[in-house]
Formats: sequence, structure tokens, C-alpha cells
Amino acid sequence: MATVDHMGKTFEIDEDGFIDSFDSWCPEWVDYVKASEGIQELTEEHWKVIHVLQDYYQKHGIAPMVRILTKVTGYKLKYIYELFPSGPGKGACKMAGLPKPTGCV
Amino acid sequence: MALKHKTPLIDELEKGPWPSFISDIKQVAERKPMCEDLLGVMEQSYMDKEGHWKHGGIVGVLGYGGGVIGRYCDRPDLFPAVAHFHTMRVNQPSSKFYNTDILRKICELWERRGSGLTNMHGSTGDIILLGTTTDELEQVFYELTHNLDMDLGGSGSNLRTPSCCLGKARCEWSCIDTQAITTDLTNEYQDELHRPAFPYKFKFKTSGCPNDCVAAIARADCSIIGTWRDDIRIDQEAVRAYAAGEFAPNGNAHGTGPSALDVQKEVCDLCPTRCIDWDGKNLKIWDENCTRCMHCINVMPRALRPGTDTGATILCGAKAPILEGAQLSSVIIPFIKMEPPYEEFKDFVDKMWDWWMENGKNRERLGEQIQRLGLREFLKALELEPDPRMINTPRYNPYIFYDPADVPGGWEIDGVAFRKRHQA
Repeated sequence: MATVDHMGKTFEIDEDGFIDSFDSWCPEWVDYVKASEGIQELTEEHWKVIHVLQDYYQKHGIAPMVRILTKVTGYKLKYIYELFPSGPGKGACKMAGLPKPTGCV
Repeated sequence: MALKHKTPLIDELEKGPWPSFISDIKQVAERKPMCEDLLGVMEQSYMDKEGHWKHGGIVGVLGYGGGVIGRYCDRPDLFPAVAHFHTMRVNQPSSKFYNTDILRKICELWERRGSGLTNMHGSTGDIILLGTTTDELEQVFYELTHNLDMDLGGSGSNLRTPSCCLGKARCEWSCIDTQAITTDLTNEYQDELHRPAFPYKFKFKTSGCPNDCVAAIARADCSIIGTWRDDIRIDQEAVRAYAAGEFAPNGNAHGTGPSALDVQKEVCDLCPTRCIDWDGKNLKIWDENCTRCMHCINVMPRALRPGTDTGATILCGAKAPILEGAQLSSVIIPFIKMEPPYEEFKDFVDKMWDWWMENGKNRERLGEQIQRLGLREFLKALELEPDPRMINTPRYNPYIFYDPADVPGGWEIDGVAFRKRHQA
């Protein structure tokens, strides 16, 4: 695993840039990831998505299905891609500190 | 030129009369270190009897959630050139018509920015570009979309790239314009194709006639298969000519050349519903019993043709075995005119997807959901009436489950009271 330093914090990341553990998440992590995700400035809407993902993960131990994410936030999927250009799985989950989603090819 | 890794085990795959992908990769390996290490990692897997690719990986291009499949080697220390070896799926043109110019450009792009290895085509239908690094993904995507006018295809839990047979471009049997339908669906459902939101993958496949050259009935969650609702067109003169041996049966698919055809044995007796009579002079087809199997038309293409009132049968639920066993699609709409702008079909698709997404479990294909919740529930969601044509052998199936809501007066069953009366 590679290590990165940002704003006085050290993070362990995998090859896709996901953090090693949800417990290591902190707001500095979000600040570190945003540049590589093509996000200029974090808005309240970004944080809403991040918090919904984190709440769901803490309750259920997995990331929510996309449909649940769009329902709970009230954002259309296309808008979530505008907020997080690399998508809810790769972008938003990474920022929220969730484990890497395992998708089917 | 000697390659970096010794590969005695996979060299076995070069023996025999058939083409070998190992020989293909070796050709490229002479100029591409990535392909040398690809051979190395495969040899390693054969030695260890376990794979050395990690499961999945999450890479992509900005704005899209699909189209790139992440691949990482779990022994980058031994095979550094394939530490990343991502696959890109490129949306193929309908029916896979290309000119050589575009093929050269695709190959040039992949030679420059990837491994140089392609798979034309993957089983979903896309062009598969095999092996590149994360840094190259956005560059390839930019060049594809800006210079080649091509787009990424589907991967993950989204709409997969729709695919179709040659259709009216090459085939006189095509009852629908498969290419127009596929292009229209691809454009209409761009969001669903690029931004995964489904419980699992979803495939549309379109065949022009029931010969079903893209095997839509076996592979697509929604199969669109061309058919006709009037009568098979018969040229009696040509039937007699087949019987007299003037034409080659089956379009000479068996290489017999012109030879006498035993119409009774080869056509009538092989009709699944025995709805054809041949008296030695004239052929009579009882079209109301025809199941559109295409056999008679395939045997005597110069004498028989599909009817002229054409459209499609829509079937749902096919899939390969992953969670449950393999399944074929079931008829959902026996006949629909598939004409632009396909509004009736798209209304059906909206209802189908709503039901699937509302009730779907993670990684549950539509066919599995229909199995779990029942065809009746599916039909209710689609606002469609059950129809005997949805059943394989309706005349042999005595079981009819009435819904109390559909019967005047209805009824109620008290399960507890029933069990009291029937205790054993």
C-alpha cells in the first residue's frame, strides 16, 4: 500500500486511491481526494452525498445501491455525476472513506 | 527474438491445427513489454494453478461509471509491465460495419496508448481494447470521442451496449430494421449506458427474424426478435423447382449444389407443429399454427418468405448462469410494430425498468426477479394481460390461477379456517 501525506495527516491508500479503512477517514482526506476527482470547491451538496453514504455504511456495513443514494439525497444520478465526475462508486465512496465497491465487469 | 519469460506450459496452447491466442500475443510481445509480461503472468498462473489478476478494480473516465474494467496484477514485482492492465469497452457500430480506415485508426490508437491487443468483439458486442494503464484512460477516451467519433460501451450494473444482427443491410428475412432500433436505443438510453444505476447488468439484443443470429433469446434481458403476423409468402413454382432438384436446398449451406429435395421429409415432417401439407404439387401452410421457427423458410429460401405485416416479438429474462441457472427469454409482447420513434416499446421499457429497480436485489438479473416474484407480478407492473402465446405449450397446461380481483364478486380464503377443516 502507498502512503500519502496531506495537511499533517498520513493516509494509506490502495492502487485505486481508496483509503485503507473507514476509521482513518477525516475531513482532510476529502480535501486530499477532491483534486484527483476533478472537483474545484466542495459544496453543501457534496457533503450531503458524503454524509448519506457514511450514515448508510455505518448502519448497514455496505455502500447503498445507487437507487437508494438518489432517493435519499433527492439528486438525480446525472447530477451526482456532475458533483462527482468519476461517479458515486469511484468518486463519492472514495471521498466518504468507504471500502472500494466490488463491481461486476 | 527471445522473450523475457520462459513459457513451456502455455506454449502447449500453440499446438494443434487451430489458431492460438498465445501465438498472437507472442507476435505483439516482440515489440510490447506489456505483452511479454502478460505471457509471463499467464504462465505463472498455470504453474500455480490460480489466477494472478486481482478481482475487479475501480477505474474509469470522468463523467462515466462504465466502459472501463480495472485489472491489476497481484505480482507487479515479477511482472511490472502489467501492474495495470485495464480493459476498455468501445461501443461497436450497429451490426459491426466498419471501413478499414476506422479499423486502422483504432489499432493505431491502441498500439500507441495500450497493449496493442484487441478482441473483436466481446460477447456483448463491444470492441474490447485489452490492457492499458490508468494514466492512459482519459487520453484514449478523448481520442476515441474527438478523433474517431466513437464512444465507450457499457460495463458494470448498467445498460450494456445494445447489439443486433446484420438486419436489413444484408438479409432478406429481416422483419425489422435492427440497426435503426439499436442505434435509437443506444442514443435514447445514454444515461443508463454510461451511469450504472441498475441492480445488475441489462442487455438489449435485436434479431431481424426468428433465426435469431445474435442469440437474443438466450442472452438478452430484453430480446427484440423480428416476426410477422400474416402468412408466409409461398412461390409454388419455386417449391416445385426445389422438389425437382433445380435449386440447392438450404441456400447450399450443406454444399450439395442443386439436388432434389424431399419436401415431405425435409420440410413437412420437421415442422414442429406439423402445419405444412405437400401433395407433390402444392404446398399448403396452416399459418394459424405456425410458431415462426423458420425451418421451412431456411430450407427453401427461394420459395418461402416471411409475411409482409412485420414487427417484433418482445421477450424478457434471458441470462447466463451466475446466481441461478441459464435461462431463455419468455414472450412478453407477442407482437409489436417496431417503427420509429418506438414510443410504445419505450413505454414498456420504462415500466419494466421501474419494476426491476424498485424490487431488484443487488446483482439480480431481470429474469431472476421474474422467477422470484412471478410472471404475474411482472405482467401487472407492465399493465399487460396474460396471453396464451407467453406459454410454451398452453394447450397442455391445465393450471390457471385466477386473481380474485379479476373475477366478479371475488372471494376470500381464510387459511386458518381451511386448515381446521383439512387437518391431515
